[in-house]
Amino acid sequence: MNTTVATTGTEGKIWGGGNQPLKASYGKMMMWFFIVSDALTFSAFLAAYGFSRFKFIDSWPIADEVFTHVPFFHGNYPMIYVAFMTFVLIMSSVTMVLAVDAGHHLNKKKVTWYMFLTVIGGVIFVSSQAWEWKTFIKGEYGAVQTKGGNILQFGEYVTENGEEKFKRVAIADFVKVGHSDRVQHESKNGIWYETEGTLPEYSVDEVYNGLVANENVFVRNQIINEDGEKTVLSRSESLKQLKANGKLVVHGANLKVNEYGSPLFADFFFFITGFHGFHVFSGVVINIIIFFNVIIGTYERRKNYEMVEKVGLYWHFVDLVWVFVFTFFYLV
Amino acid sequence: MAQEHKLEIFRGLVKFKSNITKIWGVLVFLTVITAVEVVLGIYKAELPQIFRDAILGMKAINWIFIILTLVKAYYITWDFMHMRDETKALRRMVVWTAVFLICYLVFILLQEAGYIEGVYTNGFVKKDF
Repeated sequence: MNTTVATTGTEGKIWGGGNQPLKASYGKMMMWFFIVSDALTFSAFLAAYGFSRFKFIDSWPIADEVFTHVPFFHGNYPMIYVAFMTFVLIMSSVTMVLAVDAGHHLNKKKVTWYMFLTVIGGVIFVSSQAWEWKTFIKGEYGAVQTKGGNILQFGEYVTENGEEKFKRVAIADFVKVGHSDRVQHESKNGIWYETEGTLPEYSVDEVYNGLVANENVFVRNQIINEDGEKTVLSRSESLKQLKANGKLVVHGANLKVNEYGSPLFADFFFFITGFHGFHVFSGVVINIIIFFNVIIGTYERRKNYEMVEKVGLYWHFVDLVWVFVFTFFYLV
Repeated sequence: MAQEHKLEIFRGLVKFKSNITKIWGVLVFLTVITAVEVVLGIYKAELPQIFRDAILGMKAINWIFIILTLVKAYYITWDFMHMRDETKALRRMVVWTAVFLICYLVFILLQEAGYIEGVYTNGFVKKDF
């Protein structure tokens, strides 16, 4: 009964079937196509960030002034910590690619070790990012938001090594706290079903009184001048601007307010680094699963470590995205 | 399943003996680029004027950052993700699809943002309040 299979005379020719034009397995190819679509998602986020930034190009926060902290150290170290994070991620990419290479040689022991190191690198990165978020949310100096949604920050001129520099001053250091009748409304007083968010630590009037009393303190607004620095107002303008437009004392950053400048900056920071951090987190989880599969010998029995290669692609992609996030959030 | 790897980078300028030495070589290269970026980033404000002059609507220093980033992206994709060892067809499918779509997206969004910025600045829209 050989009539069921027709011979077409194309066997062994290009269109005869059985060809692998891409010489890649189904799984690997699909991982690549997933990566393309995910790359488009991330580039859409970053392009949207660029949109908001170009829209407010003359008043966007300066990253070097925002991310200046390093855990366990006091002082002003812009870029250092995020450079460390970048290095950790690149390093974990290297251990991943070494694991893939060991997989090609069917070396179970080496794959196990390199997968383990990759997971550790990922965990260090995610915890660093959590710390970075915590610092950003907590804030540092505090600022006053105006009616128009602009941010007024405070500082004084200090002479360092013969150079006059503008240094930020925390609101808490000069504010004049007066007696206030405004108490936080709680659901147990008055209308029981209504609560309100936490009141700001200080009122704008208290900050204003502090500014009047401390003649060395100046207001800085968000407009970037020709030297690439934020504009510092004169003493009289400082008082005028705060009195006329000050509305709310803000400390730290969240989705609504941001003491460092435009609230959009905080929104995009949370959204993009959050989405990337979620990718790293899921990458770590997948790596752990593969790690245990390697240990119990799943791929050893298959005589094929391609699974390691596939999650490796995903892991490298996460690193690749971070390279761009690093540039557009911290450098440019 | 020992796989064939292309062991040259920089168009054959540097050749490695094994895949493992190539990986470490690429790591060194990526680390150097990152270090350059970080140093430029820290001393951004003190750089000579030429870095701050605008080229095509953006400061020269920012173009440097973006080009260095693309270089890093190239080596991560080509050597860590082994794009160098894939067939031409797979490489083009992945890379050109992303490149064209991203270029279009970035162009349209930044162009429009520049327009809106112009309206804010020149269109008698009050911002300082």
